[in-house]
Amino acid sequence: MTLLGQFSLWVALLLGLWAAGMAFVSPWQDRPEFAASAIRSAFGVWVALLVAAVCLWKGLLSHDFNIEYVAAYTSRNLPTSYVFSAFWAGQKGSLLFWAVVLSTFGALAQLTTSRRYEDLLPYVAGVTSLVVVFFISVMLFGGANPFERLPFTPPDGRGLNPQLQNPGMVIHPPMLYLGYISITIPFAFAIAALLSRRLDTGWIHAIRKWTLLSWLFLSVGITLGMWWAYVELGWGGYWAWDPVENASLLPWLTMSAFLHSVMIQEKRGMLKRWNLSLIVASFLLSLFGTFITRSGVIASVHSFTQSNVGFFFAGFLFVAAVVSFTLLYTRWPLLKPEAALESMASREAAFLFNNLVFVGIAFSVLWGTLFPILSEWVRGTKITVGPPFFNRVNVPLGILLLALTGIGPLIAWRKASTANLKRQFRLPIATGLLGGGVLFAMGLHDLYVLVALTIAGFVLGTVAQEFYRGVRARMRMHGESVPMAFVELIAKNRRRYGGYVVHVAMVIYFVAFAGSAFKVTKEATLKPGESTTLKSPFGHTYTFTHLGVSQYTAFNRNVSAASLELALDGKKIDVIRAEKRQHVDSFGQKLFEPSTEVGIRSGLREDVYVVYAGSVSGTEEASFALSINPLVWWVWFAGVLLVIGGLVTMWPGGWAPAPVARRQVQAGFAVTLVESEIGTATGGEG
Amino acid sequence: MSESMERRRFLRRALAGLGFATIASRALAQDKSPRPEDLADPTIVGRGRERVTLADNDEIAMGVEHRLKCTCPCNLDVFTCRTTDFNCTYSPALHREVLELRKAGKNADQIIQAFVGKYGERILMAPKPAGFNLAGYLVPGLGILGVGGVLAVMLLRRGKNPAATVVGAGSLDGPPVPASADELAALAQALSEVDR
Repeated sequence: MTLLGQFSLWVALLLGLWAAGMAFVSPWQDRPEFAASAIRSAFGVWVALLVAAVCLWKGLLSHDFNIEYVAAYTSRNLPTSYVFSAFWAGQKGSLLFWAVVLSTFGALAQLTTSRRYEDLLPYVAGVTSLVVVFFISVMLFGGANPFERLPFTPPDGRGLNPQLQNPGMVIHPPMLYLGYISITIPFAFAIAALLSRRLDTGWIHAIRKWTLLSWLFLSVGITLGMWWAYVELGWGGYWAWDPVENASLLPWLTMSAFLHSVMIQEKRGMLKRWNLSLIVASFLLSLFGTFITRSGVIASVHSFTQSNVGFFFAGFLFVAAVVSFTLLYTRWPLLKPEAALESMASREAAFLFNNLVFVGIAFSVLWGTLFPILSEWVRGTKITVGPPFFNRVNVPLGILLLALTGIGPLIAWRKASTANLKRQFRLPIATGLLGGGVLFAMGLHDLYVLVALTIAGFVLGTVAQEFYRGVRARMRMHGESVPMAFVELIAKNRRRYGGYVVHVAMVIYFVAFAGSAFKVTKEATLKPGESTTLKSPFGHTYTFTHLGVSQYTAFNRNVSAASLELALDGKKIDVIRAEKRQHVDSFGQKLFEPSTEVGIRSGLREDVYVVYAGSVSGTEEASFALSINPLVWWVWFAGVLLVIGGLVTMWPGGWAPAPVARRQVQAGFAVTLVESEIGTATGGEG
Repeated sequence: MSESMERRRFLRRALAGLGFATIASRALAQDKSPRPEDLADPTIVGRGRERVTLADNDEIAMGVEHRLKCTCPCNLDVFTCRTTDFNCTYSPALHREVLELRKAGKNADQIIQAFVGKYGERILMAPKPAGFNLAGYLVPGLGILGVGGVLAVMLLRRGKNPAATVVGAGSLDGPPVPASADELAALAQALSEVDR
């Protein structure tokens, strides 16, 4: 199978080169048959890479330990689901995974894109093929070939890192990869638009679903990564501002900025240059994330083994940046806006400031991530910047962004009158101030948290007002009941109201993040029967009583499980089990250092989090790290809500872009258009 | 002393020695036999732990450890590393140093100073906001303020220029339209609800 895998990689490489060559030569030579050949070859690349992927999975599942990758990341007693996910556990496999998914997305883009944008498709095939060729080249020439064989066959493999043996790690990396990879499609369309000089809003419409999809994958990937860190790593938190975490946040921020600013291009024909720059930046940042993970240039707990693969990525990143920005520069005059911003009190301006903050946060995260390198260059000392630094710089920006989430929807397009602003802001501001006042009266005096929660109240007020007015307008105009009007309101304008659901999710994220400021932690050593207490930030007292440690063997590990009886204000509520695991291979030989498995009792208000640190003198007397983590459950709930909002927004049929010219007429003030305006906003295609 | 006396003394001593050896060996054997609280296999629980003391839960010490970076390559602060990675040998050692300084009566800032003096500035989780480090703290914020300020000035200027101002759908300050007061009120109401 390895021979077939190797052969498939070479076939994919040659076909990819052919596809790229034909795609770019076709318009130059005016040979449409070349373009057709490029698209067919892109499908060929996909098939070849699929064969290579099947070969690697076959090697993994059949425990062919003669393959270096299989021996390095699996063992005979590894549960099958983890053998399957070992495909992307290591550097080499994840590169193949990346190439397979990208070629799949490339093929899907060819199949699903409307024929209206047919002239862009050969270029899209060319760009995606070039990126795929890069990944295959890294595998074949960068010492990252997943089919490399060993000179001998070990009796068993080295097993999968215990921290990767978690359901979250089966889903989280692919989701994040899908997010990173799918950005290539909008990027390919952007480059296609630049190359073909077809720089109207057509390419924007062609990539709308793709941008939402990649943003959604990134969001899910990041949230799952937070969940995995929380349940598996045992430090009681979910975000550590690690360089690799930051790398995943960067394209998410620029994509979020794009999803807002693209509305201005669709409605007003403005920000064309900015939108192209954001797409290019998102693609480059996704490559940058990969570079950070794989180069070892910045220390991170997530990094793959250091190798020369990083140099390939640095080179490709540089070339992609130069080519993209050169193209953008040469097409600059063609990207003139069709209208101008007219007022500070307009939705365009609010979106512009929202974009500024999104990109500002992205810059600040990038700046902090690269600061150790910068300081080493300037001062000769590698200065660490950890969570305290990132929190100090980014928390105020995050609060500002949250405020803009509530402000944007309240302001009219083009120019809002003072009376209009007063009418729109009255209720949300009252909601925010009321919420903040109540929290202050209840004893919440932490400034940042109080401001964040007050603004969260303001944003919720905005969303509630939007839904209330929309439902009321539908009820009046169509005579619908409240539930029917609510459902129809969302169904007829999925993009807008799906977006509001996402805004609510963001509010919940912020509230949950603010909760982490009130985390309480304690260490304790307990003999069986002994107890210790911990006061929750909500004023309750938790009592932990050590019941004992049991040891047993399960699957591929020896387990020591410590059980703690948990009582809330004196009433027994649960037994929490925290474990230490020693993974072994099929011969019982120890693999890796012992790992911890956290015991969590999750609740709406707070989580009780127990880590079994180890035993004193080999007895059941055990040391524990105990903590109460407020509002963590809401982080995961916000993740689910965000997915729901994203899916509502993406769901086909609820929205179709209208040409800019038509919208400009609609924006006029003729009384005769009022009916159609009302229909557009509440019932028609928004 | 007769030979028989010597023999008896020897036998007594030998018996006493034998008895002592038996008791001692039994005692030793008892020490080696598993006690009820012993783990069946202590090797699979990882490194043995010290008993947690009151000093370990000292809030100032914990706060300080959140501000200090572990010297292992984990990138985590001392507290997080020692309560997460139980195989790390650096963070427990740094923790002991913190506790010793606390025991010597030092406050949080003095402990931080002592660590910076010993390990250099790289021991800090957040660099001091001074010198080149100020760039780290200020550049992002100043960048946003600068660009935002320019943007705001541009928009305000455009707002003041009547030639560039077009009355939009959301505005009710535009030129008069041929409609009655009631119609205009209804229009304003409808627009306030739907056209945002």
